[in-house]
Amino acid sequence: MYGWIGRYLRIDLGSGTVRKEVITPDLARKYLGGRGLGTHFMMTEVDPKVDPLSPQNKLIFAAGPLCGTNAPSASHYDVISKGPLNGTIAASSSGGLFGPMLKYAGYDMIILEGKSAKPVYLWICDDVVEIRDAAEIWGKTVPETTEAIRSATDEEASVACIGPAGERLVLFANVMNECGRAAGRSGVGAVMGSKNLKAIAVRGTGAVRVPDPKAFREAVVKASAKIKANSVGGKGLKNYGTDVLVNILNELGGLPTRNFLDGYFPTADKVGGESLAKQLLIRPRGCYACIISCGRATKVTNPKFAGQGEGPEYETAWAFGPDCGIDDLDAVTKANYICNDYGMDTITMGSSVACAMNLFENGVITTKDTDGIALNFGDAEAMVELVRKTAEGEGFGKKLALGSYRMAESYGHPEYSMTCKKQEMPAYDPRAIQGIGLNFATGNRGGCHVRGYTISPEVLGQPVKLDPRVTEGKPALDITFQDLTAALDSSGMCLFTTFGLGAEDLAELLSAATGLNITTEEFMKIGARIWNLERLFNLKAGLSALDDKLPERLTKEPILTGPSKGLVNRIDEMLPEYYKLRGWDSAGIPTKNTLADLGL
Amino acid sequence: MSKMLMIYPDRCTGCQNCTLACSVFHDGEFRPHTSRIQVTTWESEGFSMPTTCQQCEDAPCVAVCPTGAMHDDLTMNRVAWDEVKCIGCRMCTLACPFGAVVFETGRRRIIKCDLCDGKPECVTFCPAKALDYVEETDSARDRKKAVAVEFKKTFEEVK
Repeated sequence: MYGWIGRYLRIDLGSGTVRKEVITPDLARKYLGGRGLGTHFMMTEVDPKVDPLSPQNKLIFAAGPLCGTNAPSASHYDVISKGPLNGTIAASSSGGLFGPMLKYAGYDMIILEGKSAKPVYLWICDDVVEIRDAAEIWGKTVPETTEAIRSATDEEASVACIGPAGERLVLFANVMNECGRAAGRSGVGAVMGSKNLKAIAVRGTGAVRVPDPKAFREAVVKASAKIKANSVGGKGLKNYGTDVLVNILNELGGLPTRNFLDGYFPTADKVGGESLAKQLLIRPRGCYACIISCGRATKVTNPKFAGQGEGPEYETAWAFGPDCGIDDLDAVTKANYICNDYGMDTITMGSSVACAMNLFENGVITTKDTDGIALNFGDAEAMVELVRKTAEGEGFGKKLALGSYRMAESYGHPEYSMTCKKQEMPAYDPRAIQGIGLNFATGNRGGCHVRGYTISPEVLGQPVKLDPRVTEGKPALDITFQDLTAALDSSGMCLFTTFGLGAEDLAELLSAATGLNITTEEFMKIGARIWNLERLFNLKAGLSALDDKLPERLTKEPILTGPSKGLVNRIDEMLPEYYKLRGWDSAGIPTKNTLADLGL
Repeated sequence: MSKMLMIYPDRCTGCQNCTLACSVFHDGEFRPHTSRIQVTTWESEGFSMPTTCQQCEDAPCVAVCPTGAMHDDLTMNRVAWDEVKCIGCRMCTLACPFGAVVFETGRRRIIKCDLCDGKPECVTFCPAKALDYVEETDSARDRKKAVAVEFKKTFEEVK
């Protein structure tokens, strides 16, 4: 096989057995890799009703066929499991070196089963696969763990690990690789912690092959030129990182502010990408094979929030910034560093702090609940302290570790949680941008922007500008973006390459890498297949059409100030059409014909 | 005109496109392990440093080679390796101060940068201009200019 390695590891952590198994060409073509292939194995091997933190859940690390080649920014792998934050199918994507290294070692995927009796880590060096004792690194932060494992194995190893948050089963704990890249959402790090697996270290000295290197080179040069010519992919992201979006969204009045009480934050610029570049940026960084370089190597010298590391991304800057009513970039960045070091998703963390501030200001909780800390919007020190408490499993931090939904529910007010399917929505206000609201509500892992980034056309004018305020045409738009993203995630590409590349270009790269003739239509159909498979998993897990909704705040309470003042989301105008176009019945269940057409 | 490969670590994003381009150009497969250029990264500091053969004028690898396999190639302004003459003694690997000459176990051969015969692929595929292939005497021009720009800023502030 070209592109793929055609082999994966199956490791039973309970018994310690390691098996090397084969991926058939048919299966590879049907699901590509990453998210698609992982979801297929979850669906066939795991009962969707399983407790996510029980040994019966599985944890899959899977790279895509383009991973390990020099297709532009093709470094992504996915961590697939049933997520503990909300019980949906979870697939968290990360860039960096881990995915390519796994393939150079000779594997497209690792399936982890069962639970180890004691803390362990995996060391994979080409054909050698060892389950090693992790007693001495249990409890260590992500950078400490990475360093300790590299000195015990190989300094060139890629290390994907959990921090103390994953060990303590914080429900939004992530998996970090290369210290600064995160498979961030849905709590896949807690699943890893529940299996007593601290880390996977991998070094590969082998190759990824393509059928015709010269033809592949041409395809890469062509695709790269398109990304470089794009105003976002070629320039904006490198100069200012993803945080460039702060001012763009704020100017639209679509920057959720103070736990979505508002959609406009007058001093947002202070935490925007331009300020970041001026004040904290050391230099842009790129994941493996990246030509976009949105990564931010930063340093905070302010003694109150001093530190050095990666970030913040846009979502992070928003979650710890405007969503908490905060415009202190040093504090926002510090909160980001803590999350990276302890292994926590910044979106759910920040949004949970915002929810707690909202609960506090409305008198639902008091200083008695919060270890004596007054939680007012805009209090940067309190925000950082709550992040630290969550990271270290202290007092009120244990409540926050449940995510905003369970926390607010425990005080009798789940409506304060700005979540879809119990996962926190990211930094785009669905009242100002209709299509993204539908995407949040129908997202297979809950509130999430990287499942169908309709912000591209609705806000950024990519590839064409659409009116964010209209609902007409949005269901079809959402479906196109959702399917495209599912196939893209499964191929190993970074989502940001869509700033320049469309389905046609991605199918062309895939064809050049695999030697198969994958048409644009087939590429999009693979995406639809994956989307429907995820839907089936969730339905079997007990979710239903009732879960395809937005928090009431977004459909009933208009934005208070700014350019989008007075707007609400009108999801009811979109959802029935979405079901119909998806080939689902009115209860949101895929029809027999739809499934048959997709080969499910 | 004599050209050299110039490295600007301050611009490097650590993306490794250079190692990927190198390995596929020379060996027809993506195997960065045997790339002629390598990148060392300090993740927590956000710093990466590409290193490769410096094509030394008075090259230790050439000096220690007992068969003349490693030799000066003046037409290409590089140190070249002749597979036919090589006896695989690995003395060049021991002598190179940059760690840029490597003996590859699998294929029993020396791997080192050959500047892709005058059109280095690593330079073509570097997205950050951290690598450049430039006329030797002009090689430091960018750096000179960067210093001048900084000086100009300071000068304008104090004058």
